[in-house]
Amino acid sequence: MAQVGVRRGGEAAVVPRPRLERSRSDRVIGGVAAGIGHHLGIEPIVVRIAFVVLALAAGFGLVVYLLLWLLAPQAALEGANQPRARILVRPSLGQALGAGLILAGVMLLLLVTGFWFGEELAWPVTLAAIGFAILWARSGEERSARWPLDAVLTGRVFSSRMLVGSLLILAAMVVFLLANTSLRAAGSTLLAVFVAIGGLALIVAPWAWSMGRDLIEERSQRVRTEARAEMAAHLHDSVLQTLALIQRSPEQREMVTLARTQERELRAWLYGRAPALAGARLRDAIDAMAGRVEREQHAKVEAIVVGDADLDERARALVSAVGEATLNAARHSGSTEVSVYVEVEEDAISAYVRDHGTGFDPEAVAADRRGIADSIIGRMERHGGSAVVNSRRGAGTEIVMRLPRRAT
Amino acid sequence: MTAPTRVASGVSVFVVDDHELFRSGVRSELSRSCRIVGDAGTVDDAVAGIVEADPDVVLLDVHMPAGGGRGVIEGVRTAGSKAQFLALSVSDAAEDVIGIIRAGARGYVTKSISADELVAAVQRVHDGDVVFSPRLAGFVLDAFASESDEPIDPELDLLTARERETLRFIARGYTYKEVASELHISVKTVETHVSAVLRKLQLSNRYELTRWASDRRLV
Repeated sequence: MAQVGVRRGGEAAVVPRPRLERSRSDRVIGGVAAGIGHHLGIEPIVVRIAFVVLALAAGFGLVVYLLLWLLAPQAALEGANQPRARILVRPSLGQALGAGLILAGVMLLLLVTGFWFGEELAWPVTLAAIGFAILWARSGEERSARWPLDAVLTGRVFSSRMLVGSLLILAAMVVFLLANTSLRAAGSTLLAVFVAIGGLALIVAPWAWSMGRDLIEERSQRVRTEARAEMAAHLHDSVLQTLALIQRSPEQREMVTLARTQERELRAWLYGRAPALAGARLRDAIDAMAGRVEREQHAKVEAIVVGDADLDERARALVSAVGEATLNAARHSGSTEVSVYVEVEEDAISAYVRDHGTGFDPEAVAADRRGIADSIIGRMERHGGSAVVNSRRGAGTEIVMRLPRRAT
Repeated sequence: MTAPTRVASGVSVFVVDDHELFRSGVRSELSRSCRIVGDAGTVDDAVAGIVEADPDVVLLDVHMPAGGGRGVIEGVRTAGSKAQFLALSVSDAAEDVIGIIRAGARGYVTKSISADELVAAVQRVHDGDVVFSPRLAGFVLDAFASESDEPIDPELDLLTARERETLRFIARGYTYKEVASELHISVKTVETHVSAVLRKLQLSNRYELTRWASDRRLV
């Protein structure tokens, strides 16, 4: 309680400084700069420029960057529950061009200031960098690039871009070896082997990286699912049983309602789908509606849904109409049990709301029961559907609603 | 489902549930119209007790440690008892419900069922009929709904139009009697349809059925 108060009181003043960790979502190389920026509360771009400048000082920035990359932990996967967001940001053409120009400028600066490290190194590295950039962009683009060799062999993702990227790196290797004949003369074939290995590593790295990330993500997802299943088993044995027990003592109406509400919510959480996806589906909307009527009217609503559909505007209208029918039944029929049945078929969604109450004569609807005409029949017809009321005195009521699904 | 017109005084019942309180509650409710011949809280006790007492109907909790309701049914069947099983559970997990029916239970009701309805369901199972609660009907319709896969054995893997219609009425909250009058058939015919569905549910090897159940459990 106290903590809540403090946070609310001094929101601007006492914001805990975030931990230093590499960012997943905002990254150019390893997410180090964004991580530092986030930690210190400054724009990542400032940190990035600082790194570049420091790198010019005899590579100091480069060393610091690599150290931080190794030492700082990576931020936890955000929103693994949500529909997966593209974590790897693919630079646009403009951004890539800009980065290239900046790089060229820096190289020119180095050349002028005399820090130049020699033609033999500069051109192969430039070539390799361009090739790598091309391959990298490729690997982030498609999930199917997960098993690169397999994909290439079956010809599925073999693209000109991959060819160009690989060729550039190969060319870099050749240029490097040719330009360093003196080195080669001094050394041995060992150098050639090293260069070949380096080049291959560059080609494969993007895929290896994204593959590793996928595996980690999958594992954490699985661990979460297992934890949930275990908790479901435990809660089932304790809380759900108790709630069922409370409902069997029919004296306290309020208590029984409360128990049923709790049971419904717990059940939805235990056996329903992941919370991030809930709320967008017809099944969840009907369940929520049933829970609401139960709570408000102290009635028992048995809602059964066969199949499922997206909750678009028309489906929402159907849920509202079904809700109105359920509310009517709970309020006026004199029966404390209402059956709701919704079936999603290929061409239409059908809904039935039935009670075993007193029933009424649909022809002689009282003025205060306009709800049926307006909220149910009218609403269904406005959305291209229909609603029929079947009721007889003494035999209960059933309202049948039907909503054709639009041909897609 | 209807009020117990036939008094089920002769039916002997055995209650299996690992919750003591629930067992005693059900015992006191049923003792007015049934003969309770025993109860048990674990799978092993249940198997031994049922074989010993030889009841007509066993009220069986789906979820129990060490084997669950399925363990009890399998143990008792191995011992050669002819007792009928009615599953009684708070679980809405489709996997559990379909699982216990496939293990051999003759029906499924939720624990929030009223005492009168429970007595009627026990009587029905004792008479050799099947008890489909609206929820079970919904599960079955869902499980047999997708016809994307080519059925291996159409006899077992598909519901007939009439069976589907019957299940739909049950899911809508109709009693067997009301279904019969709506479809202009006898109650006996309704029972025949429902029994046929139960048989298909138990015998079909449809890949869909298992996959569907595991899909529904957790995402």
